[in-house]
Amino acid sequence: MSDPNQRIVITGVGLTSPNGNSLNQFRANLLAGKSGVSKFETRYIGEVLAGVCHFDPLKYQKKKDVRRGTRAGSIAIYCANEAVQDSGLNWAEVSKDRVGVYIGITEHGNVETENEIFEISQFGYDTSVWSHHHNPRTVANNPAGEVTLSLQVTGPHLCLGAACAAGNAGFIHGVQMLRLGEVDLAICGGVSESIHTFGIFASFKSQGALASNTVPEQASRPFDLDRNGIVVAEGGGLVTLERLPSALARGATIYGEIVGHAMNSDATDFVLPDPTRQAQCMRLALSRAGIGAEQIDIVSSHATATEQGDIEESLALREVFGNCPKVAINNTKSFIGHAMGAAGALELLGNVPAFDDHLAHATINLDRLDPRCELPQLVANQPRKMERVEYILNNSFGMLGINSVVIVKRFSGI
Amino acid sequence: MSADQIRQVILNILIRIAPDNDLTNLKDEVPFREQMELDSMDFLDIVMEIRKRYRVQIPEEDYTFLNTMASTVGYLLPRLQAATA
Repeated sequence: MSDPNQRIVITGVGLTSPNGNSLNQFRANLLAGKSGVSKFETRYIGEVLAGVCHFDPLKYQKKKDVRRGTRAGSIAIYCANEAVQDSGLNWAEVSKDRVGVYIGITEHGNVETENEIFEISQFGYDTSVWSHHHNPRTVANNPAGEVTLSLQVTGPHLCLGAACAAGNAGFIHGVQMLRLGEVDLAICGGVSESIHTFGIFASFKSQGALASNTVPEQASRPFDLDRNGIVVAEGGGLVTLERLPSALARGATIYGEIVGHAMNSDATDFVLPDPTRQAQCMRLALSRAGIGAEQIDIVSSHATATEQGDIEESLALREVFGNCPKVAINNTKSFIGHAMGAAGALELLGNVPAFDDHLAHATINLDRLDPRCELPQLVANQPRKMERVEYILNNSFGMLGINSVVIVKRFSGI
Repeated sequence: MSADQIRQVILNILIRIAPDNDLTNLKDEVPFREQMELDSMDFLDIVMEIRKRYRVQIPEEDYTFLNTMASTVGYLLPRLQAATA
């Protein structure tokens, strides 16, 4: 890309995942094969398995803010503040009206609505005890809006509803707004509070797609014959994105450059994925990055440990990377479960340190590979040392046939 | 319920609504909003908590009685005594 102002780089990372509350901690646990899945009590259903985050919300919020806001808001505030701190920006000097906050979400408001329905059920369904906080908590922009309150951002903010493709969608929107000149700094990525709604567990269970295992850490098993469904997780991953010249001018640490992205739709089914469109999405992102599939070093797969999802993505990956024996294909959900709106963001960010350590983290719990998911490039159970890591491709797909792909390149100067 | 008991109920609600404030030395004759962070949504939480705990509905035109601890206790005393009788 010739115009340097069209080149968008990652300059700060903030995250919370079930196995780490910083990029360093998260990366170390991904390389060590440490799962973040545990038992979790949820309303009506009882004990389930989930990816639960353990960040301290009071690091950036007052107790009152936590009480008034939402869990998704707390996750977003934590990640946004961490990203800003990590970026090295002098926040007091930043023009807050030139900052945009773009946060991908799978859903929002289910937690708060379930809570209120439970509350009025304790009062004979008297709706006069329905909380006046319900509307500000459940508006779809809530997590991003809470970030603007926390960081005093007066530029645009919104959440992007994109099912489980949302994390990538947040990154992509940030890139686009920077390229359009709408903002000078984007705080973007994805968050999810989904484990606090019983409905998501109940719905996956009714669908026959909720994971169970006597050993929680072994429950999330993408590509494995013994997989039996999704482990729902919460989490968040937000970055600061800047145009390359402004990042260079202030001497920022550059984690990588977003050089390719794509989104498309299957238009085939509410739930079942379409490998043809997934492959098209990957190829479109590669085309925009101006590279071939053989130039990708790590593919962060979306696979959720549902039978059909894993098989269909494997088909798509074979179609695009069938002739690329050196690419490493891994999967983060095997460690933390499916973090929904945060999944794409966390899965990309956990791989970004590979630019420096030249390691592809593994897909754990892969003991008996499903032959229908046969991919010789899968990094099974142990990290793989790479000769080079120049490009990472991150897949994120979601219900209603929404697909998203982001490609990040190691930053190697102008 | 006695006035002291009602005062304690209100104090407990305020502690929950404004957990970052130290209410140890709350002055009963001084408006709540001059002593603690309390906006209109927080104020509605007081109304809501009383509604939930004692099934007492406080009409909007009476909200002015909830200005200070003293006026709140004075307003609620007959109502809570009736509700808990």
